[in-house]
Amino acid sequence: MAKDIGKGETQEKYESKKMINIEINHEELTVTEGITVLEASQKIGVKIPTLCHLDLEDLQLYNKTASCRVCMVELIDKNNNSRLVPACVTKAYDGMVIRTDTIKAITARRMAVELLLSNHPNECFTCPKNLECELQALAEELNVREIRWEGERMDYPKDLSSDAIVKDSNKCIYCRRCETACNEVQTCGILSGIGRGFDSFVGPAFNIPMVESSCTYCGQCVQVCPTAALTEMFHTDKVWKAIDDPDKHVIVQTAPAIRVALGELFGMEAGTIVTGKMVTALKRMGFDGVFDTDFGADLTIMEEASELIYRLENNKTLPILTNCCPAWVKFIEHQFPELIHVPSTCKSPHIMFGTIAKTYYAEKNNIDPDNIVVVSIMPCIAKKAEAKRPELTKDERNNVDIVITTRELGAMIKEAGINFKSLPDSEFDRPLGETTGASVIFGTAGGVIEAAVRTAYEWITGDELENVEFEQLRGMDGLRKATVQIGEKELRIGIASGLGNARIILEEIREGKSEYDAIEIMACPGGCIGGGGQPYHHGNREIIRKRKDAIYEEDRNKKIRKCHENPEIIKLYKEFLGKPFGDKAHKLLHTHFEARERI
Amino acid sequence: MSKTRTNIMVCGGTGCLASDSEKVAKNLELIIKARGYEEEAKVIQTGCFGFCEQGPIVKIEPDNVFYVRVGPKDAKDIVDEHIVKGRKVERLLYKEPHHNKKIGKQEDMEFYKKQLRIALRNCGLINPEDIYEYIALGGYEALGKALTQMSRDEVVKEVKESGLRGRGGGGFPTGVKWEITKSQESEVKFIICNADEGDPGAFMDRSILEGDPHSVIEAMAIGGYAIGADKGIVYIRAEYPLAISRLKTAIKQSRELGLLGKNIFDSDFSFDIDIKFGAGAFVCGEETALINSCEGKRGEPDFKPPFPAQEGYWGHPTNVNNVETFANIPPIITKGSEWFSSIGTEKSKGTKVFALAGKINNVGLVEVPMGTTLREIIFDIGGGIQGGKKFKAVQTGGPSGGVITEEYLDTPIDYDSLLSIGSMMGSGGMIVMDETDNMVNIAKFYLEFTMDEACGKCAAGRIGTKRLYEILNKITSGKATMADLDALKQLSYMVKGSSLCGLCQTAPNPIISTMKHFWDEYLAFIKDVDHSQGEGEYDGAKNKDNLMLKA
Repeated sequence: MAKDIGKGETQEKYESKKMINIEINHEELTVTEGITVLEASQKIGVKIPTLCHLDLEDLQLYNKTASCRVCMVELIDKNNNSRLVPACVTKAYDGMVIRTDTIKAITARRMAVELLLSNHPNECFTCPKNLECELQALAEELNVREIRWEGERMDYPKDLSSDAIVKDSNKCIYCRRCETACNEVQTCGILSGIGRGFDSFVGPAFNIPMVESSCTYCGQCVQVCPTAALTEMFHTDKVWKAIDDPDKHVIVQTAPAIRVALGELFGMEAGTIVTGKMVTALKRMGFDGVFDTDFGADLTIMEEASELIYRLENNKTLPILTNCCPAWVKFIEHQFPELIHVPSTCKSPHIMFGTIAKTYYAEKNNIDPDNIVVVSIMPCIAKKAEAKRPELTKDERNNVDIVITTRELGAMIKEAGINFKSLPDSEFDRPLGETTGASVIFGTAGGVIEAAVRTAYEWITGDELENVEFEQLRGMDGLRKATVQIGEKELRIGIASGLGNARIILEEIREGKSEYDAIEIMACPGGCIGGGGQPYHHGNREIIRKRKDAIYEEDRNKKIRKCHENPEIIKLYKEFLGKPFGDKAHKLLHTHFEARERI
Repeated sequence: MSKTRTNIMVCGGTGCLASDSEKVAKNLELIIKARGYEEEAKVIQTGCFGFCEQGPIVKIEPDNVFYVRVGPKDAKDIVDEHIVKGRKVERLLYKEPHHNKKIGKQEDMEFYKKQLRIALRNCGLINPEDIYEYIALGGYEALGKALTQMSRDEVVKEVKESGLRGRGGGGFPTGVKWEITKSQESEVKFIICNADEGDPGAFMDRSILEGDPHSVIEAMAIGGYAIGADKGIVYIRAEYPLAISRLKTAIKQSRELGLLGKNIFDSDFSFDIDIKFGAGAFVCGEETALINSCEGKRGEPDFKPPFPAQEGYWGHPTNVNNVETFANIPPIITKGSEWFSSIGTEKSKGTKVFALAGKINNVGLVEVPMGTTLREIIFDIGGGIQGGKKFKAVQTGGPSGGVITEEYLDTPIDYDSLLSIGSMMGSGGMIVMDETDNMVNIAKFYLEFTMDEACGKCAAGRIGTKRLYEILNKITSGKATMADLDALKQLSYMVKGSSLCGLCQTAPNPIISTMKHFWDEYLAFIKDVDHSQGEGEYDGAKNKDNLMLKA
């Protein structure tokens, strides 16, 4: 994010503050009192490297541990004594003299990186974060040419216990960004410092396996991890193997948020819509059908809007909570087990897709569902764990087989030698590739509820909805409140993205103070566009905004913008499912949740 | 105080208890009872006398006879000879090593002659589990005076003018700290007593809490009044069970007498104290780490500012002082700042308690006026080096300090003079080394301690101390080259300059100071030095790497 001086968490504090004069590298500048040396330096184009520091205003994620010691600069006092201070947390004061370019400061910074590398596996060649690693980048930036401090290194086994997140503590540089994201933004409290001194690393309490913890697998820790201490579990080889198997009919679905982010992995501007190229790439990779999770999203709305209307008309539990997001589902199961009857019972869109693929699609195309492999490409790490949930896998004939992230898809495209940028556009295959604008916006926070409103409006009022764009449901704030007039009824809607915001909403429900009829919750700030499986934003949240704008643009480009108008969906109900929210739909498209312990 | 004619004071400090002083006291009581002398003599378990080397200590008052190394079997002689017959038990008297003369009176002993006890004033004198004994010696007078005759500003002023500086290590002026906390606008403030003593060999805070817990409670109440806090917390390590139990007893007794609680001395001031236990991490002596630990978080430091005085316990202004600092407060209030500031040196007032340990004859706890020389402490009070060996160096300031060699022994010690000779006051650990000690091993010992005790939060402390230790290990195992010495030096300055908190900022001090004073001992380990050509001299100024990072 392009950052102006004085922006940041203390913005409000600055407002009443005076201007002061400081000197950085002999250059005098006037800044607002209270800004950090790091912020002041940026103003005059002096770059001070950082590693642990993270200041994501829109997420309220401020990692100020000042623990990596990579941003040390020299502070020279009135008596000409100098000492090293961390630029990221040291506040400017009037008359302050800072040098960032002395041999003392440069050596201190370089040695900090050397020390970190001396306790790092240094296996960059095979590391999943190769060329994406912030520590690696710093080593280059700070001209590290040797690691003089050879000695003992951390030697912990990798945590491969979950289906979603891999924790490789040997790569942990103890910046604690993940801890801040997990505890302060997501309020899950899974990750925290373990051990003392040299043995310190981050993990769940008592270093229990991730799978035994209450981790939601939202992946926000993975998004902020500067190294590969936290990554997703990689499943690309499983996909290649399935494609290679002549007996298997391998079909792929892509989530709405992939198409606005995938291009970034190939050097394209954030927010570039690459739907057509993506489809072409998937076809070239050898998938037997390239479909769209948006189809599943349209289907979800058919069910969810019906459920909402049912609950409204029959005075059943309100508010209704959307449950497309598996991390959010796991969050409520662990953190609010007494409220698990509140969310909609719909399966998530990609799981609905899997079900339809192995039933309706199999039947229609006369393929044995046992030979169908459904691959989901998701912006999400939690979807990997979701696809393995017992209640969703007990029948192998209606599930999703493999889930890979946007990043993994990028890696596969590269592996396949496909020159992504120069690919022509293609269309999704039919019938499961027919979609609407309403399902595209599932990819951004507020989109699911907007899609539901578009449908519910027409179903409740019987009138045609002229303007499908509900501006009041859009934006980047993590917690939003809006009302939509539907006939006589004023529908009160809440939208929360980020689990910390979800917690606020759930606490209101628990205390009986909730004033909403329907609430959309997404675990990742900003929704799926900011998902844990998306290309790394490296602290640049402007990327997320651009992805959001692209999502709405994709919606505007669509001819059909209401889920229930998707002709293939209409056909699906007519030929196969019967009535929305009916018996067959219930059996195939709905699920249940489980109260879980909080660990 | 008891109305009995004779009081038999038996040391009940942790050191003497470990040498069976509990049994000594029990035997004394039994025999006194058997002889029918209960009305005549009473056994009192006191706090530490300080002369731990000679423990268990038994002192008979008012006869002023000081018995040393008293075993449970000696109880009979003490009662039969001393109490019944009024004769000193000669064999239990202390024998001064210099002139082999037996000494009966405490004040005649070299160990006590040069001491001046302010913080330890009641240790070894009163029963710490009896509040009335504390009150009989003027206890809670200071609190009464502060609450009824002084304004909050006057209390702060008195402490400020006394020149008292923090005894926990940093030496920050206590009055200034109180003033800053007082000036914060906040409804809620806290005062915390840092009893997380952790330097190897240091036990002054433990002894004060064991021997005179009320002095700390009284001082915290005075401090609470001064800064506007109605809540105090004693953060103490769980490894100090005796100190904890005596503190608990003392708090209970103070509450019963209304010296803690609502409207103390009928004033508007209410104050109470809670105890929080630490798990014994050295870093929790750092005040921000201490506060995190009090809040139930990981005991790790935070970047300062904000200082605890601005944002401390749960975000409220918090004043953190060390046990010994607090113990000095009541006398300052009763006797006045002028009295206190008349003791000591220009910038360091009052006294300082040191824990003497290592190769010294009189291991124990001593309190001397600031400005006393190291030579006086080590050779007069401490009785010189064990086994008549030659003095080599003394480490002050614990693992954060440095070694001081013979040439600096006549330095009058205070905060600033110790810093100027490459060490520091620290919390008062003083470890003496003789000619047989290898200084590289000494440095390694301290580094092992800081490496183990580093919290791990910052890279410099977490990895830096580990690497320093590893290089030292390489040196002492004879595998190191000159390049390793350079690396050691450079990394020492890096860790010193780049670490997050005081623990690791000072961790390299033992290396830096031993390299400065005992360079030849480092060189002796180096394999690529031609030892027949002499061992060279350390010249820091000529070293480029040194200049790169040295402040």
